[in-house]
Amino acid sequence: MEAGATTLADTLARLTLFADLGRPQLESVAHAFDEEVFAEGQRVIRQGLDGSGFYLILEGEACVVIDGAERGRLARGDFFGEISLLVHEPPSADVVATSLLRCLVVAGPELEPFLLDHPTVMLRMLQAEAQRLRSAHVWPE
Amino acid sequence: MVGSGPGGLQTAYSLARTGIERVAVLSRDDAPGGMFRRFPVYQRLISWTRPEAPFAHGTREYESYDHNSLLGEEPEHQALMPGFMDRTMDLPTRPEMESALAAFAERGAVRVRYGCAWQATRREGDRLVLTTSDGDYGCRVAVFALGVTEPWCPSIPGLGDAPHYVDTRSPERYAGKRVLIVGKRNSGFEIAHGLLPWAREITLVSPRPVETAVLAFSPLRVRYLQPYEEHARGGAGTFVLDAALERVERTSGGYRVLASGTSRPGSLDLEAEELVLATGFRTPLRDLPQLGVATVDEGRLPAQTPYWESVSAPGIYFAGNATQGSPGLRKYGAPSSSSSVNGFRYNARVLARRIAERHFGIRPKRPPLPRDRVVPHLLAELARAPELWIQKGYLARVVTLDGDARDDGVLPLEDFVDSGGPDAVAAAIELDAHATIVPVVYVRRGGRIDEHVLPPHPLYAFDSEEHRRELATRLRPLLG
Repeated sequence: MEAGATTLADTLARLTLFADLGRPQLESVAHAFDEEVFAEGQRVIRQGLDGSGFYLILEGEACVVIDGAERGRLARGDFFGEISLLVHEPPSADVVATSLLRCLVVAGPELEPFLLDHPTVMLRMLQAEAQRLRSAHVWPE
Repeated sequence: MVGSGPGGLQTAYSLARTGIERVAVLSRDDAPGGMFRRFPVYQRLISWTRPEAPFAHGTREYESYDHNSLLGEEPEHQALMPGFMDRTMDLPTRPEMESALAAFAERGAVRVRYGCAWQATRREGDRLVLTTSDGDYGCRVAVFALGVTEPWCPSIPGLGDAPHYVDTRSPERYAGKRVLIVGKRNSGFEIAHGLLPWAREITLVSPRPVETAVLAFSPLRVRYLQPYEEHARGGAGTFVLDAALERVERTSGGYRVLASGTSRPGSLDLEAEELVLATGFRTPLRDLPQLGVATVDEGRLPAQTPYWESVSAPGIYFAGNATQGSPGLRKYGAPSSSSSVNGFRYNARVLARRIAERHFGIRPKRPPLPRDRVVPHLLAELARAPELWIQKGYLARVVTLDGDARDDGVLPLEDFVDSGGPDAVAAAIELDAHATIVPVVYVRRGGRIDEHVLPPHPLYAFDSEEHRRELATRLRPLLG
């Protein structure tokens, strides 16, 4: 990389999800997971298609589409794909890049072991899910 | 086109057969071969070619036994690698590979302007202009097959001055020394393996643990795991550590490396007489990022669409090893084989067809298929097509079923799933959640895609009666 450029570990350090990790753990995360960049309009995860991953937005924006209708917007620091992996079912929505979109990608089979190895990340994720649930104003059955 | 390594040669060869009238191929080198003119350092590939196989050289089926030959359309250009091997191993040596590539370029009449260095790039209207050591080349489309062999080094204090893999000298230099290798992927293990008969002690270090559990994901298994196994068994003199480097200092006797454990927390203070950075490589993109080419992996690879076009700079395509920057669906995390010759040779053929169709209006052949031949055709592909078996979950055989059935050829699976289009079926070989190899068909009907995983088979006989029945059932709504 160019001298003085921001490393992936630096970028991760500024995201809430990884706020509790020390530098060696951040380096390990940056080494273990891939970065993907999507063109505007490119699909990232697909409704009903099995085997997708967990995505964390590092840069850019995306929209959530269910049965062709837009249901939400996502931006830097947001993540998606985890529900499908945790309940072992295909994603219930498409996520489509609405700008050039840069994501950190955790392959599906790696998410659970990663969360078990990094309980502080799991707690941060749980807090974000709780926030989403509360803001949805819907009680789960 | 820029580049005359295997990716450049395959793309140039395939482009020349599309009917595009003017293709210029430029290379700063003075002969074909690209990275194989110099690497691997220890002169032996990790990808196999079996000279003997149940299928004749030159058949599609033989390609699954020969991961190093480029793809010829005529018999005299096909399966050239085995003819250059001395058969001491099923893994060719570097000079054997270089010779096979040179023979492909010569016999396949791949015309390259050698000694012509690409220096800069600009846009003029809807054209690209490449400034070279032989003057300017204007073009509608540029394909860069630049390799991924430029040394890359993370920004860790003191690390930048240490010798990289590409600077590794003959093994005698390391005789009797303690050697620290930074990096635990292919190049790190290659050096470690090469130095086992020479070094006094070898330590490999990087933050990420070695992943060997999933055989299908581990190219290291082929050749370089001996140092890791020695460490795992507690063998003396070889260590494999998971740690993030904090800084490197020069000492009178060599190097001191301070690191922090990742898998097992704790400080590490390591000393060695020799240091080798096996920290990876990058594509030498020159000024392409200034033209808007977005990159991944901290600038190492250009980010690409499913057809290997820059996600952010239209008309700029990539071929060869850099096509790993188009990851595909990566279902269950399975990577493509685009970082090695066996995978990117197929990408190149698909790319040539795409460029011809999209930019030059040359329609590819789409042979009609009797409707009662669709199921047997797809089963035969699932059982034996080398494109599907080598580029698992990445390339697919597509048959269109609107009106007449037509064979659309081998295409990127991600594009089939995402681009919409007429009723059609795509057949792919994939790894499931447990890394079991399974045949998968994607049925597109009325714009909607349904995915059907067919059963695995102990002998991979995906053309069995069970598979025929199941595929026929899945396609009945389309075939009637």
